[in-house]
Amino acid sequence: MSVRHSLLALLSEGQKYGFQLRQEFEASTGEVWPLNVGQVYTTLQRLERDGLAESDDADADERQRNYRITEAGEQELSRWLRTPPDLSQPPRDELVIKVLVASRLPDVDVYDVIQVHRRYVVQLMQQWTHLKEDEANFDLAFALAVDAELFRLDAVVRWLDAADGRLHRAAFESTEDATVAPPRIARRIGAHR
Amino acid sequence: MSMLELRNVSKVYGGGTTEVDAISDIDLAVDRGSLVAIMGPSGSGKSTLLTIAGTLEQPTTGDVMINGSNVVGMSRNDKARLRRRTIGYVFQDFNLLAGLTAVENVSLPLELDGISMRKARAQGMSALEELGLVDRAESYPDQLSGGERQRVAIARAVVGERSLLLADEPSGALDSVNGEAVMRMILSACHGGVAALVVTHDAKLASWADRVVFLRDGKAVDETLPPQQPEDLLSNDTSSPSES
Repeated sequence: MSVRHSLLALLSEGQKYGFQLRQEFEASTGEVWPLNVGQVYTTLQRLERDGLAESDDADADERQRNYRITEAGEQELSRWLRTPPDLSQPPRDELVIKVLVASRLPDVDVYDVIQVHRRYVVQLMQQWTHLKEDEANFDLAFALAVDAELFRLDAVVRWLDAADGRLHRAAFESTEDATVAPPRIARRIGAHR
Repeated sequence: MSMLELRNVSKVYGGGTTEVDAISDIDLAVDRGSLVAIMGPSGSGKSTLLTIAGTLEQPTTGDVMINGSNVVGMSRNDKARLRRRTIGYVFQDFNLLAGLTAVENVSLPLELDGISMRKARAQGMSALEELGLVDRAESYPDQLSGGERQRVAIARAVVGERSLLLADEPSGALDSVNGEAVMRMILSACHGGVAALVVTHDAKLASWADRVVFLRDGKAVDETLPPQQPEDLLSNDTSSPSES
């Protein structure tokens, strides 16, 4: 989550004070990502230092200063919105590593390990879903942020299901091969770090 | 008393060397007002469990209690009456009758149960109204979108005094927004006192349930814990309890 660019986006709507930016940031992200006011002022100082935002009275208390975006800030915002985040490298995923490790330990039931994680993730999904259950408090930004979290967690469950199925098939075809295949994947992931 | 209770239910298909345990020793209770999801991979016994809960199939062993009555050993006629009056089904492929309009599809089970056509139609319209489909009441299934067809299927499942809703992959091939709408409708039926059992492999659908039971190789291997306060998520502490 780029606080810096989110604040630039809010400033692109017009001049704003720090406390106002904090309120609007939290509202625009459905209050899923809380932000402390100190973080807002630190970020504004850096935006000003980098020429991306400016305020009229540099000597005034930061709470009294009204910030606006500069032309360079507009350009930076536009560039950031259109730059895809780097998804080319697989992240070092602790859950993946745990399942890979469990798959090669003879005394560990890897399916049991997978189920522990599956249950935990589904429980988290239940909690997120419960948050958007009440349509009376429906907020579009909030629903989008909750959906993003649900899709992320859903991908984890799907991977666990796929791992479960793949390990079962490998065990069915050859109990020896089942413990050989996963470490090759582990080495490939480790090779990126 | 639970609306649906499966006690030590098993189902075996075939015999001898081709014998297959579809489900084994399942204990499951679904109370009025609650939504329970069954999650599991293909072949885990989800659909068998649902058809047994819906009295469409007989368990090999065990008891199936619906609203306090054991349906195992019940006559075919009694089971058919129970299905018409008490149980609503929602299937993945909607199963609407192509030659009937939306309202005719919804009111058909009531008419089959001996309710006059006029009263059945009024109840059918009322069910469609709750799901925002009154203006589509006279449309035939092929004139409806996928989302509308599934809403008609849900209206048909909850019309009248039905108190047990059984759904097999109820969002079918719908996109996630329409899938969510389907789960909201099922949840709304639960808030009205219906007991619902949904089987799915989709965690996003299952996450609407109060409780998720995990099925593997015909056995209920695990289930989610009672829900925590959702506010916990916004406290920024979503780390796994198993973190080392």
